Amino acid sequence: MPSLKEVRNRITSVNSTQQITKAMKMVAAAKLRRAQDNITRMRPYAQKLSQMLATVSSGSEAGSQNPYKQERDVQRVLFVVITSDRGLCGGFNANVVKAANALLADKYAAQAAKNNVEIMSIGKKGAEAFTRRGFSVNTAHTDVFLSLSFDKVKAAGEEIMADFKAGKFDVVEVIYNEFKNVATQIVRAEQLLPMASDKTNTSKAVSAAANYSFEPSEEQIIDELIPKALKMQLYKAVLDSNASEHGARMTAMDKATENAQDLLKQLRLEYNRSRQAAITKEILEIVGGAEALAGK
Amino acid sequence: MNLQIITPDKQVFAGEVVAVTFPGSEGQFQVLDNHAPLVSTLGLGSLVVEEAGAIKQSFSIDGGVVEVLNNNVLVLAESVVA
Repeated sequence: MPSLKEVRNRITSVNSTQQITKAMKMVAAAKLRRAQDNITRMRPYAQKLSQMLATVSSGSEAGSQNPYKQERDVQRVLFVVITSDRGLCGGFNANVVKAANALLADKYAAQAAKNNVEIMSIGKKGAEAFTRRGFSVNTAHTDVFLSLSFDKVKAAGEEIMADFKAGKFDVVEVIYNEFKNVATQIVRAEQLLPMASDKTNTSKAVSAAANYSFEPSEEQIIDELIPKALKMQLYKAVLDSNASEHGARMTAMDKATENAQDLLKQLRLEYNRSRQAAITKEILEIVGGAEALAGK
Repeated sequence: MNLQIITPDKQVFAGEVVAVTFPGSEGQFQVLDNHAPLVSTLGLGSLVVEEAGAIKQSFSIDGGVVEVLNNNVLVLAESVVA
C-alpha cells in the first residue's frame, strides 16, 4: 500500500489535471458557439450562390466547357486535408488522416506508387502526420485556423484552382470532418475538382431564366460563378471542420474530466483507508505499550 | 426596392433603397425601381446605395454578381468594405 504522502500527492496532481480539462472544455464550448455562428453566417451566401448558378446555367448549355469541369486522365492527385492546429480532441485528427490514407489506398494506389500524390494541409496536425509518412506536403496554407476568415480560404482556393487549370493536378479531393452535432463528426471525402456537372433540378429555374437579361453573357457569368462556388465549397469544409474540432475537443475534455473525477474518488478512498490503518496501528501500539507498563 | 449585400462572412446591407449604382464589369450602371430581371457580374469598384431622403452610402467591392428580380436586388461579393 502506497504511503499517505504518495497518495496525497497523486490526489493533488489529478485535481489540477481535472481543473485544466474542465477549463479546456469550457473554452471549447465558447469557441464552438462562435464556429457555429460562422457557419450560420456563411449559409445565406452559399444558398444564393448555388441558386444563382442554377438559374444562369439552366437557360443554356453554357459552363459545360468550363476549365474546372474538365475530366482528365488521372495522373496527379492533390489531397486537401483539413485538420486542426492543436491536439487533445479525441480521434478528430487521426480520423481524417486515416480516411485520407484509406482513400489513397482505395482509389489512388497507382498514383501513390508513382509518388504523384501531393497533400495540401490546412491545419498543423495534418501537415505533421503526412510529413512523417514521407508525402510531399504543401504547407503554404497550414495556418488558416490562426485567424479564420474567408480571405485566407480564398487564397488557398485560388491556388488550388490555378494549379488545376495549369494541369499540375488532375483530381483534387478534400478530406475533412463534417459537423453533424456537438458530439458527432462525420469524416467526409469530397471531390473538389474537376467539378461534378450539376445534376441539380434545373427544371424549377428554367421558367425564371427565360426572361433574365444577362450581362455580359451567360457563359461569362458562369465562368465567374464557378470559382466562387468552388471557394465556397472549400470554405464550408473549413468552417465545418473548425466547428467539429471544438465539438470533438469538448466531448474529449468532458470525458477526461469525468475520468479524473472517478480517479479522485478511488484515490480518496485509498487515502482514507491508509489513514485509518495508520491510526489503528498507532492506537494498538499505545494500548500495547500501556499494557506492558501496567503489567510491571 | 429591396437590396441585400451578402459576403461569405456576413450580411453587409439589407433594406429598402431608391437606387443602386453598380461597378459592372462592362461599365457602370444604375438600378432603379421596377428594373427588368437581370444578372450581371461586377468589377472592382464602389457600389453606391441611395436610400430614401437622398442618403448615400458607398461600399468598395472586389467583384461579384448581382441579381435583380421583382424589385429584389441581391449582391454577392467576396469582400466588401463599407
